[in-house]
Amino acid sequence: MTDHFSMKTLYNGESLPLAAVPLVKREDFLQGIINAVDRGWRISAMFGDGGADGVTLYAVLSAKSDGVLGVMRSRCGDSFPSITPYCPQANLFEREIAEQFGVKPEGHPWFKPVRFHRPFRPGRDAWGRDASERILPGVTDFYRVEGEEVHEVAVGPVHAGIIEPGHFRFQCHGEEVFHLEIALGFQHRGIEAGLIGGPGPRTVHQMETGAGDSTVAHTWAYCLIMEALAGRRIPAKGEVIRAIALELERLANHTGDLGAIAGDTGYLPTSSYCGRIRGDFLNMSAVLCGSRFSRGLLRPGGTGFDCSLKQADDLLKRLAAGRADLFNAVDLIWTTPSVMGRLENTGTVSIGTATELALTGPAARACGMAMDVRQDFPYGIYQMSQIPVVTAKSGDVYARTLVRWLEADKSLDFVEEQLRQLPGGPHRAQIAPPAAERIAVALTEGWRGEVCHVAITDEVGRFSRYKIVDPSFHNWPGLAMALRGQQISDFPLCNKSFNLSYCGFDL
Amino acid sequence: MTDILIHLLLTIFMPPLLLGVIGKTKAAFAGRVGAPFLQPYYDLAKLIRKGSVFSDTTTWIFRAGPIVTLAATLVAALLIPLGSHNSPVSFAGDMVLFAYLFALGRFFTTTAALDTGSSFEGMGAAREATFACLAEPTLFFTLMTLSRLSGSLSLTPMLTNLTVSLWFRAGAALILLVGGMFIVLLAENCRIPFDDPTTHLELTMIHEVMVLDHSGPAFAYILYGAAVKLFVIGAFFIHIALPIKTGNPLLDWGVFILSMLGLAVAIGVVESIMARLRLLRIPQLLVAACILSAFSMLLILR
Repeated sequence: MTDHFSMKTLYNGESLPLAAVPLVKREDFLQGIINAVDRGWRISAMFGDGGADGVTLYAVLSAKSDGVLGVMRSRCGDSFPSITPYCPQANLFEREIAEQFGVKPEGHPWFKPVRFHRPFRPGRDAWGRDASERILPGVTDFYRVEGEEVHEVAVGPVHAGIIEPGHFRFQCHGEEVFHLEIALGFQHRGIEAGLIGGPGPRTVHQMETGAGDSTVAHTWAYCLIMEALAGRRIPAKGEVIRAIALELERLANHTGDLGAIAGDTGYLPTSSYCGRIRGDFLNMSAVLCGSRFSRGLLRPGGTGFDCSLKQADDLLKRLAAGRADLFNAVDLIWTTPSVMGRLENTGTVSIGTATELALTGPAARACGMAMDVRQDFPYGIYQMSQIPVVTAKSGDVYARTLVRWLEADKSLDFVEEQLRQLPGGPHRAQIAPPAAERIAVALTEGWRGEVCHVAITDEVGRFSRYKIVDPSFHNWPGLAMALRGQQISDFPLCNKSFNLSYCGFDL
Repeated sequence: MTDILIHLLLTIFMPPLLLGVIGKTKAAFAGRVGAPFLQPYYDLAKLIRKGSVFSDTTTWIFRAGPIVTLAATLVAALLIPLGSHNSPVSFAGDMVLFAYLFALGRFFTTTAALDTGSSFEGMGAAREATFACLAEPTLFFTLMTLSRLSGSLSLTPMLTNLTVSLWFRAGAALILLVGGMFIVLLAENCRIPFDDPTTHLELTMIHEVMVLDHSGPAFAYILYGAAVKLFVIGAFFIHIALPIKTGNPLLDWGVFILSMLGLAVAIGVVESIMARLRLLRIPQLLVAACILSAFSMLLILR
């Protein structure tokens, strides 16, 4: 450990007194981020906080090599120099800060709203929009390629399939895509604004539904925050059940994605089988807690439900059957040349691009980035029992498919191992209310990648700011880059191989 | 007279059944029960009873598209002999009319698509026109080969001339024709590996994307027209691939119907065991089909 770039370091799932977070000069803050990113740190969260009396910028960076997180903050006036030109991964964070707090990143190369909502601070609009003006998602200027033979294709927000709304603008030359720009925000529900003043009875449900397909990952991050603020560890059994739930969520979603990728190539057998097997994995979550999406399972202090030996036996039987079915269904992909022909060399993202954009999860690992919160910043039971990190090299749709399959395989092993050695004892402990004037940071590895939650409490222990970063927030720009120079007809396949969340991004 | 009546009844009522059989076959491969065999008929009945929505930017071409296409396909169905029976309408050179009736239908489908001014439909029209250009030579090489084999320029003698014994004499040429025509059959009817008729992804579609703006009865005509096209090109293909003739007219009708159902199953199997081609690869396969039929002609001419 050499340099912390003026940050205070802490471990995943820890909290600090707010006063311990270094308050640095604005220039040192921004330069510190650039320098740290140059040395291999990544921006896990960067956000503003404050009200009428000014805005404070916070940065939470993570260093994989040391397994530590660094936090720092800086006062900020009405604007700050944009660091996006030197550090592309700051792009969306800076635009988000501008949209939420009306603070302008000067010199931002593509300064547009992220979610199309009113600023948290009334009257401080970064784009000078009038309060009476309606703000509609997707109504903005888009990047245009000029030329006689260039044509523009606009897709969404209403799609032919039943999927979430998002708007995609392609600049095409015939079938070739020059540029893709993605506009989101149609699902914005104001979750971050709604969390201020919490935790309350609603808070845990807001966490569970921030990105509904990543219920466990987000709720676990929230639980880590609450436990860090209360300064208490939870019973071993609770930790194990949480990990089982998280891996079942990963299994269900990876299975669904494998089927959907096959479906988009027009290959029906894997598509149909995986659709059913995904249901089998969802039903395993229901065995634990009665909800196929693990709603109500994770609660601060432990879990809302116990796992009896009988349930564990039932799950083991279902897992064995699910594993056999999944292997058969996915094996068809690797043995069918026409499918492989579609997957290989489609939607390639280089490791350089992936690193610059700070992609996360399977999308990053498919480019050869060996990063996984479960290994790099272990939390819960992953501190004791590790899951190997799976990577691939080619960065194309094939690599993302392969990584999903190998991860599913590792998750199956892990869940079986954990079910065989379920610890005894209670599954939940009472935890104290959050301590006052502290900051807590939690990272978890959802099936899409790194989920980051940061909470700051006020003098009575209420959230004065709660920041959620869904992995999709990092990965949407990766999808846009994957399409460069590709056939426009391959977009659905590339999109499915990323399978990003719209609501997790829009919050 | 009876044969003409059966010809008309089969042409009108059988095509949607082929789609039903394809659907069932795919369902069986996927481990599902699948929609009933008659589902395409129910769908058509449902669409016919619906109202239509027309965009303000469209003109009469958009409304004429489905009707002209369906009419052209139905006329083509009158020119083709089914099984060993003569077609209701037949004259020297009708094979050219046959080929260009499909071209007329395609012209109206693509111009109707362009008429909407939507970027999707424009993309679909461009793809359809490109692939049609590449599929047409195959059809003509096939027609030339067959006309050389039969010494006739009319479809009925050309196709009813094909027999099992001819396969023993000119088997090599006919096998090449079967290969080329099967590729064209799949490409013309927008089946996998060229197009995915069940996809909802508008950016990958070829045929489906051109008809996105049609609704109600107009959409029913399009679906029905597509089924008739599959039936007609399928009947053409069956003549070459399975020229089985018993001599008994009624038995021959039975053989024809069974062959058509068998063809539908074969298409269903192809769709179940392979993925769609990348769009860039489609022209390569169509050119391969063209080369197959050209070699077939060379074999006959030598």
